[in-house]
Amino acid sequence: MLDIVYFAWVRERIGIPREQLETEAATVAELVTELAARDARYQAAFADPTALRVALDQDLADFAAPLAGVREVAFFPPMTGG
Amino acid sequence: MDGQSFEPEGRYARHLILPGIGPAGQARLGAASVLVIGAGGLGSPVLLYLAAAGVGRLGLADDDVVSLSNLQRQVLHGTARLGQGKTVSARARLADLNPEVVLETHAIRVEAETAATLVAGYDLVIDCTDNLAARHLLNRACVAAGVPLLSGAIAQWEGQIGLYAPGLGGPCYACTFPKPDHPPPAQSKGVVGALPGVVGARMALEAIKQLTGAGQGLLGRLWMIDTLWNEERLMVTHRRADCPVCRGKGEKC
Repeated sequence: MLDIVYFAWVRERIGIPREQLETEAATVAELVTELAARDARYQAAFADPTALRVALDQDLADFAAPLAGVREVAFFPPMTGG
Repeated sequence: MDGQSFEPEGRYARHLILPGIGPAGQARLGAASVLVIGAGGLGSPVLLYLAAAGVGRLGLADDDVVSLSNLQRQVLHGTARLGQGKTVSARARLADLNPEVVLETHAIRVEAETAATLVAGYDLVIDCTDNLAARHLLNRACVAAGVPLLSGAIAQWEGQIGLYAPGLGGPCYACTFPKPDHPPPAQSKGVVGALPGVVGARMALEAIKQLTGAGQGLLGRLWMIDTLWNEERLMVTHRRADCPVCRGKGEKC
């Protein structure tokens, strides 16, 4: 079971701060494809992956990174307000 | 500070008796120079706490004026100063809080042409701006000048802080947040008033640690908080050899 955490406008678009998921996805990119296919909210959240960063167990990673052994995936954009 | 007798109720008494700062750390704060870009939500607590802490030279840049809708969170300013420049308002409040601090105010917006001149000569630059373009611009200027950049940001109920200094072995801002292909989607500008207090005070605290050498800072770390759902993370960040700004080397730092 994978914990997925969303921050800032990713959370706003998807509508929930976190969820748990059973997935066959082998990489972050595969997970993003799986999530984006769910509905319009997820599709909007993942429309431009270059605007997003991902951390695997609190370590910044690339979208090509493997998910084997990972417990938590966090998606977040740069926040910009001051 | 050095050579003076300790006054138990002096201005910096609680720092002087604090393990991690003490007389040596307080002397470092007094000898330090910090530039804060943006005197709004985050800039308010950052400037107030750094002035109170006795940072020797404190620069601030902001081209905005104080408006009524600022006052729900920008606690550096006040109702009597509505319509005044934020640098004017900030100077008055900070000089009252601690007249020992040398204040340098710049009533300008940070642009590519001005950023390099602004950041030169400071020990630390603190990014309290309100847009992504300014954040990248400031990062470029700081990498080129070899000045560490403490960058904080807020959105609605959430905040983010990182220390970016390739010259000290960490990533730059663009290593952590490469420029996106498209502008980020618009998010509601709503923000809970106490949020910049939480995030800005943490930025001031990290600045004090960076300047005094106390503890472990946010180099190669990204602190994130979601105050609405009480989620908090300390992410590990990495230098990127393909970073167009620092090349992952910090050659100029």
